[in-house]
Amino acid sequence: MAAATSGMYRKEKSIQLKSSSAALYNNLSVLPLPGRQLTCFSTVHGPSLSMVTADGLGFSHRQLQAKEGGMTVSTSLLTQAAWCVLPSRVLLVLTSQKGIQMYESDGSIMVYWHALDVTEHPPAQAVFARGIAAAGGRFICVGTSSGLVLVFDIPPKGTNIMVSEVLERHCDAITDIAAELGQAPDGAGDLVTADDAGTLCVWSTGEEFALLSKIPAFGCTCSSVKLWNGIVAAGYGNGQIRLYEATTGLLRAEVNAHARWIYALDLAPQTGKVWLAVLGHPTPAAHQPGVWQPADGQAGAASLPQHTALPPPRHPSGLPVPMASVPLPLQLLSGAEDSFVHVWKLSRNLDTDDVEVSLCSSSPQWGAWGRLVVLQGIAALWGHSTGAALSSVLSLW
Amino acid sequence: MSARTLPLLFLNLGGEMLYILDQRLRAQSIPGDKARKVMNDIITTMFNKKFMEELFKPQELYSKKALRTVYDRLAHASIMRLNQASMDKLYDLMTMAFKYQVLLCPRPKDILLVTFNHLDAIKDFIRDAPGILNQVDETFRQLTETYSCLSAGEFQLIRQTLLIFFQDMHIRVSIFLKDKVQNSNGRFVLPISGPVPWGTEVPGLIRMFNHNGDEVKRTEFTTGGNYVLPQREGSFDLYGDRVLKLGTNMYSVSRPVETHMSGSSKNLASHAKENIVPNPLAKEELNFLARLLGGLEIQKPGGSETGFRLNLFTTDEEEENAALTRPEELSYKVINIEATQEPGRRAELSRIMGELEVAEPRPGSAGKGEELLALMDGL
Repeated sequence: MAAATSGMYRKEKSIQLKSSSAALYNNLSVLPLPGRQLTCFSTVHGPSLSMVTADGLGFSHRQLQAKEGGMTVSTSLLTQAAWCVLPSRVLLVLTSQKGIQMYESDGSIMVYWHALDVTEHPPAQAVFARGIAAAGGRFICVGTSSGLVLVFDIPPKGTNIMVSEVLERHCDAITDIAAELGQAPDGAGDLVTADDAGTLCVWSTGEEFALLSKIPAFGCTCSSVKLWNGIVAAGYGNGQIRLYEATTGLLRAEVNAHARWIYALDLAPQTGKVWLAVLGHPTPAAHQPGVWQPADGQAGAASLPQHTALPPPRHPSGLPVPMASVPLPLQLLSGAEDSFVHVWKLSRNLDTDDVEVSLCSSSPQWGAWGRLVVLQGIAALWGHSTGAALSSVLSLW
Repeated sequence: MSARTLPLLFLNLGGEMLYILDQRLRAQSIPGDKARKVMNDIITTMFNKKFMEELFKPQELYSKKALRTVYDRLAHASIMRLNQASMDKLYDLMTMAFKYQVLLCPRPKDILLVTFNHLDAIKDFIRDAPGILNQVDETFRQLTETYSCLSAGEFQLIRQTLLIFFQDMHIRVSIFLKDKVQNSNGRFVLPISGPVPWGTEVPGLIRMFNHNGDEVKRTEFTTGGNYVLPQREGSFDLYGDRVLKLGTNMYSVSRPVETHMSGSSKNLASHAKENIVPNPLAKEELNFLARLLGGLEIQKPGGSETGFRLNLFTTDEEEENAALTRPEELSYKVINIEATQEPGRRAELSRIMGELEVAEPRPGSAGKGEELLALMDGL
């Protein structure tokens, strides 16, 4: 029996958001800008997006009112927001009940608007877009409530964005999409999509996407998914985390992780420091994203990658460090409605090729007034040179 | 987001309203026959067939203000009257109670069990009136038909839709504070012990498999939580043990109805915005109300029945004071509905308003068609 402690992480100061965040999956996106010593993060609430920029000294807040197809005030609810990092540009993507909006990364200019086709959905079914990921260095994939995954081809600059493909392998609403954050083994896919029924699809991206494997559901919604070095990490509505081989769909580990529905997962390779971002509960003073920093002298602390798409870590010279060199072990974060944040260590036994999972640390999330809060979003940040780790504590709405 | 949320929202809020009214009728020592009449009239109105048909149509949720109008009407479906301050307090209590229930539901599907708990209690209120009992059973059947085939993911969407509806409401309720399920900043307390939801395992086990699918290793971990497996699943049948206590009547003689009307947290930005920005959905909301209220058949009070006023506070003075000191941000005021511009809609509303009789004549109203709007403006 291994007892887990929260000794590995030290909670630091909290950041106030101007409004609470909505009760939705994966509701926290982070954009580190190491060159500018800034980190931005965002969460959705109603029809608007709250953005906070942290520069290690202070925080500045913005609210972005999502515009839908030209109307000045949107009346539809946002379901998710994520920064999509591509080699040539970073776009801020918002999904809502009406469709998909893409902005320049600071939210200043809308570059693309895609309305959802209501007729595609059976009557009485909810209509919305959900699930966002940058993939293949060139595409942004977004899911819909009818189970479709829209693949957008993004030019290096400008607004000439087009739907290059529509993937039709899910029958239920898409919950989350994740791109390979590390290096996929030969033949393994580099994109995984998950849906409400709990079905997972693994794809290889390119001019034409190909379905490589389909991992069947077992009766629970998969609300959050991550892909690293050919391993799919999936969080489910019954509190379980399951790890699968992406190529074969084979189950390699099953963890009875949480007592409630999992809302968010994130991954971190074990190089450098770990910063945890956890979206949190509004306290009476404010909504307090909390900052977690690894305790000093901790061996094996890892940097946590960005929530949806990973900007390559950069040398001081500014050149990206090749991701291929970062193998397992790595750390997996999970957050759920039971208020717990768990950090798991994942490693691969080189002889048997078996995946090993163990709990590194865990703690329930406490709001400022000593009450437990519910986890909505988790994001890890790449080695932030200022040492300011960001985490937001989940809210109890 | 989910188009199937309204029936659950309406029935559960209605159930809470009946719990509170029942408790206050006793507290104010209203004669038994009058109290029973009020409860029967309200329940009959709530479960009216035409009304239920409108309710169960797939549709988006409208604003809190629009919904509030329906409950205002419902509360006045009989010989009982409520002043503005009492109606405000009633609505606050109803919404915070249901918000708590939604939040603490172990599984999203358990919202249905919460709804059944409310309906079970409602059937108990009208056990001496078999005619109305049929209507409630019919609603049970409709609920089962609509919701029994929904997946866990769809229920979670309903739950998320409800939580978004209740977001930023943090009114403190005495009973919750006393029971320590709500803390002094208005947020609810989340337990980390007790039974896990049905279908979830107690956290602690890790299993690892080799490439043949054989389990090769198993380890266990502990966390700060203290969970156990539940004994059994609640029943979704017409009759049965729901197991879940959420949605049962928490008020009684020894646990009266009270609220603290302290202003909520400083997070009022979104609240204030809602009141200032002209509501682009105003027309749709009026249409929705017209359809819904059109189905409400309000009982006309008989000649011999005299009405009475129910007070949600302990004294009239307290009620007056509450009206004067209600924080601005908690006001349910509606700003400027533009639908008066549309003559067709006005005619329709006039017709509906004509069918709805209020016990007291409204002084100097410009026209029946504007009464609904006046009603909303007065909120």
